[in-house]
Amino acid sequence: MKELMVRAIYCESLGYEASFSYIHAIKLAQQGAGLEKRVGYLAVSLFLNENHELLLLLVNTVLKDLQSTNLIEVCMALTVVSQMFPKDMIPAILPLVEEKLNHPKEIIRRKAVLALYKFYLIAPNQVQHIHNKFRKALCDKDPGVMTASLHIYLQMIQENPEGYKDLTASFVTILKQVVGGKLPIDFNYHSVPAPWLQIQLLRILSFLGKNDQSVSELMYEVLDESLQRAEMNHNITYAILYECVRCIYTIHPKSELLEKAAQCIGNFVLSPKINLKYLGLKALTYVVQQDPKLALQHQMTIIECLDHPDLIIKRETLELLFRITNAQNVMVIVEKMLEFLRVSTDDYTTIDLVGKVAELWFIETMNTVFSVGGDMMQPDIPNSFLKLLSEGFDCVEDDRKLRLFAVDSYISLLHGEPGKLPQRFLQVISWVLGEYSHLREELEPASVLRLLEKLLDMKQTSSETKNWVLMAMTKLCVGGASVSVAQQVSETYISSMDTVLRQRAQELQHFGQDSEVRTRVLPRDTDLENTIFDVDSSLSFLDGFVSEALAAGAAPYKPPHQRQEELAQAKALSLEPYGLSLPISMSSCSIADRQSPTPLSMSSGLSTTLKLDGVKRVWGREGYLVQRESVEETAQVEVPSPLRSPSQQAEANGSHSQTPTQTPTPEPEQEKQQLAASLFFGLSSQSSVCLMGKSGPTSHRFRRKAKGQGSISGATEQTSKTKLNDSDIKGSDPSLSEDSGLVAADSEDMNPHEDPERPKDLCLSSHLPAELSGLCHSEISPLCSIQSLDLSACHVQKDDSLVLVIFIQNSSDSAIRQIPLDLDSDELEVMYYVSRVSDSPVEDVRSHDVAVYQYSLTVKRPSVHVEVVGTVSCPVGTPQTVRFSYKLPLTTFIRPLTLSTEEYGTMWLAFSHDTKQNLTLISDDPEPLTATLSVLKRKLQLHVVEIIGMEGILACRLLRDRPCLMHCRVHAGALAVWLRSPVPDLPDCLIYHCQRALQED
Amino acid sequence: MQFMLLFSRQGKLRLQKWYVPLSDKEKKKITRELVQTVLARKPKMCSFLEWRDLKVVYKRYASLYFCCAIEEQDNELITLEIIHRYVELLDKYFGSVCELDIIFNFEKAYFILDEFLLGGEAQETSKKNVLKAIEQADLLQEPRHEYFNVPVY
Repeated sequence: MKELMVRAIYCESLGYEASFSYIHAIKLAQQGAGLEKRVGYLAVSLFLNENHELLLLLVNTVLKDLQSTNLIEVCMALTVVSQMFPKDMIPAILPLVEEKLNHPKEIIRRKAVLALYKFYLIAPNQVQHIHNKFRKALCDKDPGVMTASLHIYLQMIQENPEGYKDLTASFVTILKQVVGGKLPIDFNYHSVPAPWLQIQLLRILSFLGKNDQSVSELMYEVLDESLQRAEMNHNITYAILYECVRCIYTIHPKSELLEKAAQCIGNFVLSPKINLKYLGLKALTYVVQQDPKLALQHQMTIIECLDHPDLIIKRETLELLFRITNAQNVMVIVEKMLEFLRVSTDDYTTIDLVGKVAELWFIETMNTVFSVGGDMMQPDIPNSFLKLLSEGFDCVEDDRKLRLFAVDSYISLLHGEPGKLPQRFLQVISWVLGEYSHLREELEPASVLRLLEKLLDMKQTSSETKNWVLMAMTKLCVGGASVSVAQQVSETYISSMDTVLRQRAQELQHFGQDSEVRTRVLPRDTDLENTIFDVDSSLSFLDGFVSEALAAGAAPYKPPHQRQEELAQAKALSLEPYGLSLPISMSSCSIADRQSPTPLSMSSGLSTTLKLDGVKRVWGREGYLVQRESVEETAQVEVPSPLRSPSQQAEANGSHSQTPTQTPTPEPEQEKQQLAASLFFGLSSQSSVCLMGKSGPTSHRFRRKAKGQGSISGATEQTSKTKLNDSDIKGSDPSLSEDSGLVAADSEDMNPHEDPERPKDLCLSSHLPAELSGLCHSEISPLCSIQSLDLSACHVQKDDSLVLVIFIQNSSDSAIRQIPLDLDSDELEVMYYVSRVSDSPVEDVRSHDVAVYQYSLTVKRPSVHVEVVGTVSCPVGTPQTVRFSYKLPLTTFIRPLTLSTEEYGTMWLAFSHDTKQNLTLISDDPEPLTATLSVLKRKLQLHVVEIIGMEGILACRLLRDRPCLMHCRVHAGALAVWLRSPVPDLPDCLIYHCQRALQED
Repeated sequence: MQFMLLFSRQGKLRLQKWYVPLSDKEKKKITRELVQTVLARKPKMCSFLEWRDLKVVYKRYASLYFCCAIEEQDNELITLEIIHRYVELLDKYFGSVCELDIIFNFEKAYFILDEFLLGGEAQETSKKNVLKAIEQADLLQEPRHEYFNVPVY
């Protein structure tokens, strides 16, 4: 049976269903003896869980075994009990387990304590009466039992630290003894005394010492000792150190300990061991809320971790950044988070991070948008923002956080200088505070009311804003203090000239007095999507009033358009030009004419404005993404730039004056520093002074960090100097580049173009413009070089044009601006290529880069060879102009012309210029004429129109559209060629090329 | 600790111990996904994972992965040492343990685990004491079982 049960367990762990064997497992535990019982218990504990109904059948077996005289059986029973036991059966065995606390064998006592711990976890109130027995266990002479009892204490102290303050001294003594090595050697783990016990105690102490100075003072000494003792380079000591650090930062702070703990964290973060790095980051995350400076010390490491290949490290780093987010660095951090989101595939992480991004970015950005955009923005934006806030996302908890965050940030804004905020923002603020300030429980409604009241008293507050504020106050006035404030306010405004304001003040007064009506009219936490407002659009509740008025002789209501028509008819005047404005003014009149609406209709009216059916969801999920990107872009431009130059300069200074051998910081390092600067921007400005002080004592391990940090604090202190430095650098730039440029030119002169042309050609051809790269181009040949500039050229034959491409290669270290380049030709018309925006070929050539100029060439006057001459001068250094020329055969301008024989005939007669010549015929071919013509066709791109017997006709065109026709006849072993064209000289040039082509062949 | 899993490099589950009540379906789902996640990680990466809402500590010994899920506030490094100690115990008990030992004697591996961890907490951290308890149980039971040779049913 035992074997079978083992096999059943194996089947289950392979994933096969073996539920039929569950009952046998219980039976085996019940009836088996020795090993069989043990396997039975094991099978039960693996198969079933706490809530399984079969577990009830085990209770009797456990009872029996607990009473057994066999130690092993008792152990087995206690083991299974502390793993799983039906909750409602605990009372049945509790007395027996309690009894075991006094058992002579420590292993039984230990297991009993752990069983009680389990009971405490699943049903705390059932073990309440034995708390004093726990104390006895804590004082047990066996350290194992004592350790076990700490689990219970940790749990209880976590829930209620106040109740166990008196035990602090005992815990501290125990820890002191453990750290001092008073325990038997059995408890050592890799020669560290009882690490599990130490960690457990440290956790307990941190709960006890939290926010309690007197209790914390008791433990300073032992914490210090633990820190010192844990010197060995082993994981287990790091575990203890980590726990120590956490404890030190949790309890009431003591500066010496904090310093030591900070150094510990530094060691963790800088450790090459990835596990320690992770824990270091975690510790930093934990610590950074109290002490942002610490993050600043390790900023370079943090930046490196951001690019770590391990996503877990990356994520932890983001978590850390999330904690140090402030108004200055929010953009950069959110950007980093989004970057991570793009690569992350894990849904869980994504959800978590998206929530954070939304929380951070959304409110902060909207705050900026509102305060900057202010009154200029469309009313849609605040409306949809509020809509989004009130509808929320799918997760209730996220919504709550988001709203809470909004409330917090608005309260702090109002505490500042609300007078500077734009009206619309104030409206949004008052709405949010009215709706959600109750989420922040410690916030008194009266204090919010007072903040709002301040807004009302400000001169620049518009009456519309005052309306919003009064509405918010109406929502908020609960309880004595706030009602009195509300009364005061309403008395001021009840006599206001503005009717709407008066209305609001009335409402405020009434609702303040009668809270029952208030809660009915303005229910809290209204979910706009789920609540259906019964807006009576036909205003039927006014029917009675209307009929009364009608009975009293009032004129019946007419819709505005009807009135307008009547008006037009009555006056018999054309009101066309004002047609648009009139109905509007009349409708507003009609509102004013009506009795001022009842409070109910007004408030429901306000709610409907928030429903905003017509408003586009600009801030819907896709919508605000777009907006976000644009915001970020601007942020990128703004944030890093002022910080970069000083840090660069600091770097440069360092490399020049102090350590001349040191290589200058490589490019990525600078980028990182720049990133660091933007990430830690807000932090450094808060604490730059302390930093300078702090960088002193930090030992050599921090040297690299200290430098970065110095540059940052320098940056903030010297912001006024920044610009100066900047221009200094720029001013020195040209001379530097000139030097290097000269050197480069010299070396170029020493071996002018000795290197084979091929590789250069290859690299230059990669610079060919995309639209030309597909076409075949001639070999790229060098034109000339001037100082650090090398000019080369090639031509590209397109179907309807010839493009000359000139490459200017800049081999110097600096950009060269505005290179004057002129091209001219006697035979050709040179046009700077049209695809460029500017019509003159003036361009900047960056250092070690190639500028490409394109010219389109057309033939003015045909010649056998055409030539382009150009001049170029280098704007840098001594003025110097170099001439160059580029020669092309005329054939590059020849394209085939497709014609029919008839067209050929008519054109032939029309052309005036002609020439005749006898050319050699390719005679070794059976069909000499065809062979000859195909050579011409291939080499000169002539189009063979037709071959009739011994005669052939061909056609071509000179770019663009200037035709030339050719008639050939085999006569006496030679080819008699007759060319005709409307262009003078063209036939002559062409016959020359034909001759060459046939001779070469 | 919430649970402990042992699985091979091929993703075969060798040992599982759950300290939180979960249905079989959930257990299987978690196991499958976690095994995939852990196997996908490269050797140089750190041994800690934030996986879903769990914190997972894993370590590879030869062809076996030991993987523990712990609570948020638990100490990761000490969990790593728990794994290590468990491996040491297995090693001592089986005498240079290999995967096959665990496959063929997995109930023994469970017994050792139960003696070392109880209800998800370290119960007895002394190597000597754990093995003494196991040996006692083995010695006491095996001969008794042979002596009486009781038919079970």
